[in-house]
Amino acid sequence: MHLVYPAVLAALLFCTGLYGVLARRNAILVLMSVELMLNAVNLNLVAFDVWLRDELHAGQALTLFTIAIAAAEIGIGLAIVLLVYRNRGTADVDRLRDLAEDGQHTEPADREHQAEAAA
Amino acid sequence: MTGTGLTALAAQAPGTTALAAKAHGFLSPAGVEIAFLLVGLVTLGAALVTVTTKQLVHAALWLVVTLGGLAVEYLLLTAEFIAWVQVLIYVGSVVVLLLFGLMLTKAPIGRSPDADSGNRWPALGVAVAAAAALVWVVTDAFRATWIDLEGAAAAGEGSTKVTGEFLFRHWVLPFEALSVLLLAALVGAIVLSRRKTGEQR
Amino acid sequence: MTTTTTAVLVPLLPFLGAVAGLLLGRRAPGFVRPLAVLPTVAAAVLAVVVAWRQGGGTGQEAIDAAVELTPTGSVPIDLALHLDGFAVLVAVLVGVVASCVQLYSTAYLRDDPRYPSYAALVSLFTSAMLLVVYSGDLMVLLVGWEIMGICSYFLVGHYWETEAARAASLKAFLVTKLGDVPFLIGILALAADAGTFRINGILTAAVSGDLAHPTLIALLLLAGVAGKSAQFPLHTWLPDAMAGPTPVSALIHAATMVAAGVYFIARLLPVFAASAAALVVLAVMAAVTMVGSGLAALAQDDIKRVLAYSTVGQLGYMTGALAVGNRDAAVFHLITHGAFKALLFLGAGVIIHAAGTNSLAAMARTGGLAKRIPDACWTMTVALLALAAIPPFSGFFSKEAVLGAAEHAAAGDAHGIPGAAGWTVLAAGLLTALLTAAYAMRLWLLAFRGKGPEAADHGREPAAMNAVLWVLCVPALGLGLAAWKLPDWFDGRSLTPTLTTSVLGTGAALVGGLLSYAAWRRTAALAARTPMGAVAADPGASPAVSEEEAIATHEAVYGSIASAKDPADPGRLLLGPLHRHAAAGFHLDAVYDALFVRPVRGAARLAHFLDREVVDAYVRGASTAPGLLGAAVRKAQTGNVQTYLSALLAGSVVLAVAAVLVATGA
Repeated sequence: MHLVYPAVLAALLFCTGLYGVLARRNAILVLMSVELMLNAVNLNLVAFDVWLRDELHAGQALTLFTIAIAAAEIGIGLAIVLLVYRNRGTADVDRLRDLAEDGQHTEPADREHQAEAAA
Repeated sequence: MTGTGLTALAAQAPGTTALAAKAHGFLSPAGVEIAFLLVGLVTLGAALVTVTTKQLVHAALWLVVTLGGLAVEYLLLTAEFIAWVQVLIYVGSVVVLLLFGLMLTKAPIGRSPDADSGNRWPALGVAVAAAAALVWVVTDAFRATWIDLEGAAAAGEGSTKVTGEFLFRHWVLPFEALSVLLLAALVGAIVLSRRKTGEQR
Repeated sequence: MTTTTTAVLVPLLPFLGAVAGLLLGRRAPGFVRPLAVLPTVAAAVLAVVVAWRQGGGTGQEAIDAAVELTPTGSVPIDLALHLDGFAVLVAVLVGVVASCVQLYSTAYLRDDPRYPSYAALVSLFTSAMLLVVYSGDLMVLLVGWEIMGICSYFLVGHYWETEAARAASLKAFLVTKLGDVPFLIGILALAADAGTFRINGILTAAVSGDLAHPTLIALLLLAGVAGKSAQFPLHTWLPDAMAGPTPVSALIHAATMVAAGVYFIARLLPVFAASAAALVVLAVMAAVTMVGSGLAALAQDDIKRVLAYSTVGQLGYMTGALAVGNRDAAVFHLITHGAFKALLFLGAGVIIHAAGTNSLAAMARTGGLAKRIPDACWTMTVALLALAAIPPFSGFFSKEAVLGAAEHAAAGDAHGIPGAAGWTVLAAGLLTALLTAAYAMRLWLLAFRGKGPEAADHGREPAAMNAVLWVLCVPALGLGLAAWKLPDWFDGRSLTPTLTTSVLGTGAALVGGLLSYAAWRRTAALAARTPMGAVAADPGASPAVSEEEAIATHEAVYGSIASAKDPADPGRLLLGPLHRHAAAGFHLDAVYDALFVRPVRGAARLAHFLDREVVDAYVRGASTAPGLLGAAVRKAQTGNVQTYLSALLAGSVVLAVAAVLVATGA
């Protein structure tokens, strides 16, 4: 089989995931997009492993590890999202703007949500 | 040009495939290639729907289709064990976890108009540019590279037996380290999602 | 003790007294008075001892002693003493007057909270003056000179709560400094020409004609002398300095500090004599000073300002004598003037206390002052007669010596002295004699012959003050007799009066006095009809309090710091239309204001404008550009992680493409 097929599929999947990470508002959808990116990498690893016929099968081993790490990541990630949701009342990525300067972009609605969540 | 340079680099690595390349052609695709392409199209389409749909739960379901499609691709690439792991872990647990997450964060069921953030158009630009760059480089580099699927299948390289052998012969230590990492992630997830004692009252 | 050791102790004792007074002033108030009076008195006694040992007989050589502390490069600076007849006698004058002033101050500033620092500063000032007098080295002399300047600043500003005192102290400091800068340059130029700072060496060089630029040096030095000795055109600080306490006026602005300039020229007379131009300038300066100050004194209302202008005029006599090359007469007049002018000022302090005002117009409307303070009345009368140069008081002899010297020069008998200088000094001296007698008479009449209700009772004047007046009365009365003895101490020229100048001078003085008296007779009736004047009454407080109040209120009550709108003033009648200008010191302050103050203010405003609008514009620009850039960058910091990530990945893509292009050599 031509190597370009899986490679191009992986590249396109990766970029789809990239778009999702950058464009999605809901944090869980962002996590899904991250999964897409990881899977694109996995596809690459498998394809190149088969092509190279590596003695150690590093590609397949790493794919397994990646799947395991992705599982861990999704667990931790969801826990964090839940925590954020519980504290802020929202899981929207573009409303979590604590990185900005004080006084900028703090929408009153956020504060209200926060107050509700705290109460 | 760039393409030829990269091709030369890539082609030098395995000498066997360079010989095999001559036996193949774009105009005579094998059955497995057609299957890969079709499944690939479905997978990619599902992925695109996943990142664009306005219904959050549907996104999770389309993700199932994508991951399942990828599992089929693994099978086509003779990585049998990995395909089943993919199905088990991703489709089985990760998507379920994600759906749980959606439920727990009270995600709206049905169309939500603000599923995409204001960053959509820059994101699209970056993604398209990245895709263009990657596809260009990858096609240029590997345009004359073929995978010897028959040989791989004959050797049973993706089978559970072979996988178990190399995993527990050569990769034991990373495997064990990974188990510790998983444990840590497990504990971390519990700690993070546990309500504080004060909040329980 | 050798004479040299004794001489060293003379300036040292008041200095130590000043240091001790400053250190102990607050902790041990009981020691302040002894610490102020005793070192000064001891210094005076030692100065007399030094004078006794050094002087007497023309054959006596000057005593010189020098210690080089440390090598200073090309021209050495020595701690040098030079004790000749001039030095020792002026030192005696300084010591005696300073002792009197310290004694007087113990009573005058009895309850003043700042008395310790005041007394210490007076001691320090005395020490500096003695240093100037004894010093044989120009640099050491300059040290004393500048210490006097700063002490003067502090002492004039003693009543710093009043606006006039603050302004006067600043003015005194700045105007004298204006002269001191050329003075310093002159000293350096002189030392460069002569190759030494030692006065003896400089005099040797001057006599042998080794000075390359005698006129330039003499004129530069003259500027400093004019500043310190309050000569035209740098005299304006002295009348204003009367805002200080009366003892300070007596010590600094009559007997010692202003005498330093005259003494300095006397010491360096050969340098000035080397340049005929400098002598003519000196003579013109002296003449203008004498006549102008005489007219101005006639118009002043503040009793101390009358005396201040009188000081300026008498210093003009001294510089006049120096301009005709006769330093014997100059120093003789310096000594007698020091005695009677100190007496006049201290007496004025008593009058101000008793009358409760410093305004002559108010005193003219106060009866019975003479009976209230008989000691001051009698001693002041003696001092005023001495000032007016009526024989046989001391002022007569010294002034005749000056006039005699001028006549000598005018006749062309003095070697190397331009005849023009002699004529200028002689004419101005005679005119000033008339004016001096006129204002002395006016002062006496207005102060002691006033008619009207008696002033509020301030109690008996303190014994210390009265005693001092009588002590000073002795030299004011009898120092003239020294004219026959003094040539032994000085250069040996005759100081006895000559017939022509005696007749002319005394005649002028009598005419002046009579004119003033006649004018007073005509205006005295007016005085009764036009009441005016404000009088302060603080029977319990120390005399300084009355004076401070008088100074603070004079401008408010009389409309001007110098004069009063008193139609009964005989000076107004005598001067006629000139009165207005004379009262304002011939508008010299206004001229200075136009010449210096306003241009400097304008320049300051210009500099301020340039700094604010031009220089700061660049500075602000330099800060605004990064500020705007920063604001622009801050706009990007939205806190949206996705935006950040987009930018990061876009950058990565660009870098990756670039890397690929570079790697493939495209």
